[in-house]
Amino acid sequence: MKRDIESLAPETRALIRAQLTRRSLLVGAGAVVGAGTLAACGTGGSETEGAGIVDVSDTEKIVRWANWPLYLDFDEDAKVYPTLQQFESATGITVTYTEDIDDNNSFYGKVQGQLAIGSDIGYDIVTPTDWMAARFIEQGYAQELDAANIPNKGNIREVLANVGFDPGRNYSLTWQSGFAGFGWNVQKIPKGVRTMEDLFAPANKGRVVVLSELRDTIGVILQYQGVDPSGPFTEDQYMNAIDFLKGKIADGFIRKVRGNSYSEDLVNGDAVAVIGWSGDLFILKSENDGKFDFAIPESGGTLWSDNMLVPSTSTHKKNAELLMNHYYDPAVAAEVAAYVNYICPVEAAQPELEKIDPELAASPFIFPDAETLSKVKVFRALTADEQTNFQAAFDEAIGN
Amino acid sequence: MAFLHTATGTSSGPKSGIKSKSWTPYLLLAPGLIWLITFFIFPIISLASTSTMVRPEGAQIGTYVQELRFANYIDAFQANQEQYIRSFIYAALATILALAIAYPLAYMIAFKSGKYRNILLVLVVAPFFTSFLLRTVAWTQILGDEGPIVSTLKLLPFVDESMRLTSTPFAVVSGLTYNFLPFMTLPLYASLERIDPRTLEASGDLYANAFTTFRKVTVPLSLPGVVAGTLLTFIPAAGDYINAAILGNPNTRMIGNVIESRFFAVVDYPTAAALSFTLMATILILVTLYIRRTNTDELV
Repeated sequence: MKRDIESLAPETRALIRAQLTRRSLLVGAGAVVGAGTLAACGTGGSETEGAGIVDVSDTEKIVRWANWPLYLDFDEDAKVYPTLQQFESATGITVTYTEDIDDNNSFYGKVQGQLAIGSDIGYDIVTPTDWMAARFIEQGYAQELDAANIPNKGNIREVLANVGFDPGRNYSLTWQSGFAGFGWNVQKIPKGVRTMEDLFAPANKGRVVVLSELRDTIGVILQYQGVDPSGPFTEDQYMNAIDFLKGKIADGFIRKVRGNSYSEDLVNGDAVAVIGWSGDLFILKSENDGKFDFAIPESGGTLWSDNMLVPSTSTHKKNAELLMNHYYDPAVAAEVAAYVNYICPVEAAQPELEKIDPELAASPFIFPDAETLSKVKVFRALTADEQTNFQAAFDEAIGN
Repeated sequence: MAFLHTATGTSSGPKSGIKSKSWTPYLLLAPGLIWLITFFIFPIISLASTSTMVRPEGAQIGTYVQELRFANYIDAFQANQEQYIRSFIYAALATILALAIAYPLAYMIAFKSGKYRNILLVLVVAPFFTSFLLRTVAWTQILGDEGPIVSTLKLLPFVDESMRLTSTPFAVVSGLTYNFLPFMTLPLYASLERIDPRTLEASGDLYANAFTTFRKVTVPLSLPGVVAGTLLTFIPAAGDYINAAILGNPNTRMIGNVIESRFFAVVDYPTAAALSFTLMATILILVTLYIRRTNTDELV
């Protein structure tokens, strides 16, 4: 990659913002100014850390966090985030909390240009999903965490402690995890949806919505076809799953392919059954008097996590680490779990949640037992080539 | 159409000094030029350069190198011609529908509204007070399977139980029509309102009936408004992706959705850039032909 970029005309090189580190970009820009006379000695690879980033946490008591919508305990009456307030009063650090991540891909598209040139993206913590977290780490857009500032790090659930994209969790910590599986309208489908045949029952024709997240929709289909999405499946096997999806779209069974907004389709009746996320469906269930329900498919569902990372441009890493530490305190984690209904990354939070809501504390979708975990798989890491081809095939299948 | 060129007086001679005469035009142009160079010319150059890049095998996601591969354009078009053609069909349908709805509306406001004219104009613009996105999302509720329209239609004897409106081409074209209607109405109103009533009277004096007057006087005089309105509707509608994304389904995607998906999801910048360029070029050609054909190039 390094050699390829150097072989380009200097003007073009300056235009490839993607993947350039701050230093090599400056070299590129200099070459343009110097009318191409400069022999560029670019620095390829993904070395962004330390490129002029100094941690000013001790003098600037702030931390800025980009998270997904409805993903932190919120007090509707007081209009505050109680656990954030606790952190602020305990540490004197002011937190700017934003719900700026709506989609992994568009968030990456939004910040990648600035990360590449090392200019502040405006966040000290970002919360991408596993595969996107992997991309951040691989491309050098995440800073290594200092374990000394995160003594609670050891509270992490065992299955999450060593993940493929970040062994030992040196760069990331899980925020919440969830399952992808079947959701349905209990009034329309009283017997529930537990298999792919249930999902695509003739009565549901045109009222099925699936997720636009490749790993969840295809992950569920692959398992239905007997392929383990966490194993070394082949391109052919992947394309079989794509064909299955295409067929269901062409037959008119699948009405829409949507992101978070599938919950609107369930509420307004456009969808009676979905491939959706566990936490969403439990929130819908409690908001609509049990009208909706969720189950992990008999053939298997997927498990995903969103991960807290400190972006390479952040100058408040220590503050960010202190915040992560706060959320790995079992009592705090329990408060978050009681609100978001997703899988809590801190196992020790279960007794704490029992004090808040014993019923939730018993839920296998918040503190999954071994049996529940045996029914779900984590979609395997894709190589850059696979990611590009598989995503393109998926987007073509869903009409894009 | 000569009478459209109302002789505006350009008799004012150079009164000020030479110095200000030489600088003023440039100073007046500067903000617009800087704006255009920063936000149009630079991105266009960057886009043009990106469109011929190639992703080296095994390189990191989003890494592209320049190989001047113009075949990117052919590949991008061939892979997406379905959505491409669909975009122009939907945009054309939306433009025709918007014209059919807006013309009587603008005519009424211009000639028959009397003291309600200003209120009606405010009502035409009123949708702009809320977000484009929110209004489109509201349509999913209105057209939804359990929404008021479908529920009412299902009471009719000949309407099937499986009847639906969202996720259909109908919903997408309706959304486009609705969202761009004010862009059609306002230029039409502006050109109709400018028509001198005496020309209509003169037509009557020459024994033309109401229909002939409309056809031979009103329509030609409102043509600049028709051209402006259709352009303001057709161009953004062809590139729109919100309506297809929210009101459509996988079989109603438009080229804007493909560009969005290539850019954000697949991180295939060259294809996204090539498609954007093809779209721009096609619109440019269509608009040029259209203006030529309607002989209004001196008017817009």
